[in-house]
Amino acid sequence: MGTLLEVTDLRTRFSTPEGVVHAVNGISYTLAEGETLAVVGESGCGKSVSMLSVLGLIPIPPGQIASGSARYRGMDLLKLSEPELETIRGREISMIFQEPMTSLNPVLTIGRQITESLRTHLGMDHGTANRRAAELLESVGIPDGGQRLRDYPHQFSGGMRQRVMIAIALACAPSILIADEPTTALDVTIQAQIVELVIQMRQQIGMAVIWITHDLGVVAGIADRVIVMYAGFIVEEADVESLYADPRHPYTVALLAALPRADRRRDHRLKSIPGAPPNLLVKPQGCPFARRCDFVIERCWSDNPALAPIAPGRKIACWIDVKTGAPR
Amino acid sequence: MVETTLSASIHPVDELLTPPLSLRQLVWRRFRRHTMALFGVVVLILLFTYAFGGALFLTESYANQTETGVRLQGPSAVHPFGTDTVGRDILARTIYGGQISLLIGLTAVLIETGFGILIGAFAGYYGGVVDSVLMRITEAMLNIPQLFLLIVMAKFFSGKLPNITLLGRTFSGSVVVIIGIIGLTSWMYLARIVRAEFLSLKENEFVLAARAIGTPRREIIFQHILPNSIAPIVVSATLGVANAILSEAYISFLGLGVQPPTATWGNMLDGAYNYIDTAPWLWVFPGTLIVLTVLSINFLGDGLRDALDPRSRVA
Repeated sequence: MGTLLEVTDLRTRFSTPEGVVHAVNGISYTLAEGETLAVVGESGCGKSVSMLSVLGLIPIPPGQIASGSARYRGMDLLKLSEPELETIRGREISMIFQEPMTSLNPVLTIGRQITESLRTHLGMDHGTANRRAAELLESVGIPDGGQRLRDYPHQFSGGMRQRVMIAIALACAPSILIADEPTTALDVTIQAQIVELVIQMRQQIGMAVIWITHDLGVVAGIADRVIVMYAGFIVEEADVESLYADPRHPYTVALLAALPRADRRRDHRLKSIPGAPPNLLVKPQGCPFARRCDFVIERCWSDNPALAPIAPGRKIACWIDVKTGAPR
Repeated sequence: MVETTLSASIHPVDELLTPPLSLRQLVWRRFRRHTMALFGVVVLILLFTYAFGGALFLTESYANQTETGVRLQGPSAVHPFGTDTVGRDILARTIYGGQISLLIGLTAVLIETGFGILIGAFAGYYGGVVDSVLMRITEAMLNIPQLFLLIVMAKFFSGKLPNITLLGRTFSGSVVVIIGIIGLTSWMYLARIVRAEFLSLKENEFVLAARAIGTPRREIIFQHILPNSIAPIVVSATLGVANAILSEAYISFLGLGVQPPTATWGNMLDGAYNYIDTAPWLWVFPGTLIVLTVLSINFLGDGLRDALDPRSRVA
């Protein structure tokens, strides 16, 4: 499988009245065709911003992409103009968001919103677009699609709206779907249905998926590869089995220890990570996780470890070996 | 109180079986409660019937026909509203003048709304430098008294447009000038309203979602955000019609507006002040019509605001 998207050294900052927020600090990753890549990390660690930056969706100013490139099919997405990006977004790369309740325009019909990208990108006429939209609604599991095209968002439940969002995002059969925590706002049974739907659509269209989440349970079910982010850095990258079986970064270890698992004893207490993520207003010095790390050594305070390969397909950014606690 | 609670609990099933109200029904329900607004609508319908239906009985040439022998006659069977200083029939002139006044009100508001939406939408959506420049222009316009602008522009443009024929009537070029001038001097408040709406609406997640599927900016502005801010625009435009009619009356009264023989309610008042005591019918009829129209439109606007935009109670 060829590489579809290659992001290199992406840095995004926001100038605020309080100072410069270093939201994304030089992350690099690749996405292969048809692959599902999960991006995990706690709130505010730069998961969403790094994806929005690639699509040119961060507000500039106050946002600023300080460096980096995002190569997609021979183009650097970060260098494209807004009209050029408009032809990519929705056609080649689509994105769905966390809040299905607010992601649909309340005053436009569902049909109007689904046919939007069909008409914009594929130049379909009204009738063709409407027929296609009805098919799309049926394919995401909304019965009676043709009838429901005339309905407004408030006539749909949260889970249904997320299905509609997926139908809109996938209308033009993009090659990448970026799903920004699409299940966070939904209850658990609906979450499972949405995950299932995305897996099914991925197979149907043959697209790659970038799934942003802080739910490691969802990751295990859907992803091929996982990127763990912390304070705007990638701290670990691994295929999904290795990550769960053998986490190598202290942060990943801590995250997994905080996760309830069916194969553990019920009286086993979940471990929380002490402290809070660092303030992104301060330019990072040393390892950003040092203050909360169980394995911290002297060097962690002065030097920030770079993301480096430790085994085929595995990279971590850490000075120590979590197995032994000894410096590497 | 007890009765309503009881009846509500006795018939809960009906309540459940009733389909939810559509937006249109909901707005109509709220509007209906506004008695004065309903009164306004009825009066406006009557006024439109008067101005456009009356034209079926009296011709425009009759309205413009002077007959100095019968000048300044009080209401009589032949001239129900009396005659003016050159013996024209005031009834016929209020009918044709009404057409012009209402036309000016409606079309000037179209121009006003167009400008207001364009400027407010761009300022609000793009923000930054675009916003600063457009809003400084808006504020500069607001700082000049509108009446002063109207007079200067009317003086400057008057007589520069030829007569035009539309819908079987010949309008003096001054009508078009007045429409343009009123439109161009009144868009500022609307622009500010639209800008404020855009500033908050553009932060909505549905705007980001629309951008994420590659919707062009033009469509986001006019087809995604604008429909969400339609309620305050409709209300403001309605009230704008009343203001435009009043503005026309001002400048026509000052003799700078629509030029005779074309009648408007405003220019019928021009010259009437010499006869305030001696020939009150000169100003009572056009004056009453202006007051009725403006009052009804304002009531209608109030009703629309309560119906469309229940959260904003203050203008």
